[in-house]
Amino acid sequence: MRSGARCVIEGLEKVGCKVLFGYPGGQIINVFAELIKSRSIRFVLPRHEQGAVHMADAYARATGEVGFCMVTSGPGATNTVTGLATANMDGVPLVCLSGQVSTTMIGNDAFQEADTCGITRSVTKHNFLVRDVNDLPRVMVEAYHIARTGKPGPVLIDLPKDVQVGRTAVPFPDTFTRVGYRPSYEGHPKMISRLASLINSADRPLLYVGGGVIAAGACGLLAELAHKADIPVTTTLMALGAFPETDPLSLCMCGMHGMIAANMAISECDLLISVGARFDDRVTGKVSGFAPNAKIAHIDIDPSAIGKSVRCDLPVVGHLEVVLKALLPQVREQKHASWVEKCLDWKKADPFSYEPSPSGAIMPQYVIEQIDAVSGGKALICTDVGQGQMFAAQFFRHNTPRNFLSSGGLGTMGFGLPGVIGAQIGRPGQLCVCVTGDGGMQMNLQELVVAVEHKLPVKVLILNNGYLGNVRQWQDMFFGRVHSATVLTQDGRPENEHIKASPDLPAYLPDFVKLAEAYGAKARRISAPEDVAPALKEAFDDPSVWVLEFIVEPMSNVLPMIPPGGSVKDTIRRFS
Amino acid sequence: MKTADNNPMKQKHIINATVENQPGVLSRIVGLFSGRGYNIDTLNVGPCADPMFSRMTITVIGDEHVLEQVTKQLNKLVDVIKVNDLTSQRYLERELILLDVAAPRNKRAEIMEIVALFKASIIGVRENFVTIQFVGSREDVEDFLRVLRPYSIMDLSRSGLLAVSRGAD
Ligand SMILES: Cc1ncc(C[n+]2csc(CCOP(=O)(O)OP(=O)(O)O)c2C)c(N)n1
Repeated sequence: MRSGARCVIEGLEKVGCKVLFGYPGGQIINVFAELIKSRSIRFVLPRHEQGAVHMADAYARATGEVGFCMVTSGPGATNTVTGLATANMDGVPLVCLSGQVSTTMIGNDAFQEADTCGITRSVTKHNFLVRDVNDLPRVMVEAYHIARTGKPGPVLIDLPKDVQVGRTAVPFPDTFTRVGYRPSYEGHPKMISRLASLINSADRPLLYVGGGVIAAGACGLLAELAHKADIPVTTTLMALGAFPETDPLSLCMCGMHGMIAANMAISECDLLISVGARFDDRVTGKVSGFAPNAKIAHIDIDPSAIGKSVRCDLPVVGHLEVVLKALLPQVREQKHASWVEKCLDWKKADPFSYEPSPSGAIMPQYVIEQIDAVSGGKALICTDVGQGQMFAAQFFRHNTPRNFLSSGGLGTMGFGLPGVIGAQIGRPGQLCVCVTGDGGMQMNLQELVVAVEHKLPVKVLILNNGYLGNVRQWQDMFFGRVHSATVLTQDGRPENEHIKASPDLPAYLPDFVKLAEAYGAKARRISAPEDVAPALKEAFDDPSVWVLEFIVEPMSNVLPMIPPGGSVKDTIRRFS
Repeated sequence: MKTADNNPMKQKHIINATVENQPGVLSRIVGLFSGRGYNIDTLNVGPCADPMFSRMTITVIGDEHVLEQVTKQLNKLVDVIKVNDLTSQRYLERELILLDVAAPRNKRAEIMEIVALFKASIIGVRENFVTIQFVGSREDVEDFLRVLRPYSIMDLSRSGLLAVSRGAD
């Protein structure tokens, strides 16, 4: 016999949890009391439950393992919603444990009660409310299994107080036996051979690669396929690093801010082979204009991703590793010389590029290029969301899977800082860099303390443009340059915001350098382009937590851009 | 591509879903429909022959594309065991309705006659109205209601559709 609380910790140990990110409270206090006794689980205390989930999420993205977090009931649980939704959108395996009021109190509006399963149902892959302590061993095993198999995703276990206190002798089951959960791994042999013959007969094939390839550990097989059949490759934001961008067949990222060559190739190819991508609207733009000349084949583990937003001529449902393994021997070795050359010409004609700052300020794109140069391409980049995220996608040559972590599907500002912390904990020897904005940095700023107290050598790079830049860009492009709610400096706020620049306040608040120092991190503000590389070098060579604030050109825009709902012919290349 | 309101291909589909008989499953399914903007027309839940499972009969309005997504999304739920779109198969369907119809003395005989013709039954009689029970297919129910409409229907309760598959064609 052991208590439910004990059983939770045993369950975590059994499934191999090495790190738990958690925040305590009255309704989960029993489990924390047991956690102390664990010899194998490292505990990390973030300063906000959203941080806990993002850390566990990025830990999972960086390592390929399941991330674990634990929070209390009510406000603790509701604080996880953004984190769970972030992980759910990007298919990240997580197990989140939440405290709950006793089963006898549920429904009574008890202190710190929230209907956590109800609230998180649509932002998790699955969730459990454990009503009987005897179910707990099974639920622990099931949650872990569901999180990491099929299309991975977050699973929440809601643990009422009386279940934590109750006692059970039920052992952990060895096998998973839910009849309703049987992801198909094999891929239909007939579909696979039809795909092979489509590939063998295509003149202008294109591999369109999504995050699923990284999740499935199939990057090597993908490269084999691309080289064997001489097929150009474009990746989504989620798949950056899945195929080396220095490979001549790489057309880099596609989509709204993708490389023009990639979007051209999508519109001109005669066979689009989607591998673990889900045709997000940030990739497709106007659906009817997407790959108009192509047959579309879609390999995915998630049947519901197929045909959801874009027509599909040939579906293959299965695990990418299994499917690609079966596919490869059936694909003929061949060359598509003229097609590949055409793609390379597009790439040469329109590389990612930017104009210098009119005032000689640091260009944010330049900072990203220097991260690449100074780290020798070795940095793991965890981004926040906004312009900096897109620059990091465009101006760093991504060659390694699990080295570009970003909230792609939900686009969650505030992911970057807790994310880089989770990544660094999972990959101790790795240079881990966070690229964030002056907006995003303030969304989960409190987590800086975690990096410092755990002596994590993370480098937090703030691209400070004084704006919520991404939105400011849209306002300039599509809303008559009216900067409603996007100015972060004292000057230049619109009338309705009632902020008059006052001489006794600095033009810009907060002072990130002082703030970083208050948390015990080393910090520096950089305003001149020639100081960028030396500052990066100093920070990268030093094991301390570093916050580098780059004062960058305020008006830089992410280009090229296919406006929302548009197609490649609508691409905006230049804007000022 | 989702619910195209003016899409002529929009039609009613009957889906039978076998699910685990557990608390929370109904809300998961209803939540899936509302969250993804699918329209439920009717929904029925009851235990299966094996009480471990429940059977849900759901009628959905939408085109082929919506239906395909509904089926796939339902299948993705961990507690859904099996999803069966009956529309493409042979199946039997029934709906039960209960209705109060105004029945003053001078109309009573006519109403009784309609009830008899449709093999419905009168399960309650009051001074001014009768309560009628009728079981039939969607079409039967519509026919029955059309015929009774001139007689002032005071109250109407419909069970929604139940259906069983008779196997593939
Ligand atoms: C939590 C959240 N709130 C709002 C947004 C909408 N949004 C997207 S980018 C952006 C601006 C980000 O500004 P900043 O962090 O300064 O980065 P920049 O775009 O200037 O590089 C906003 C507000 C979001 N993505 N996430």
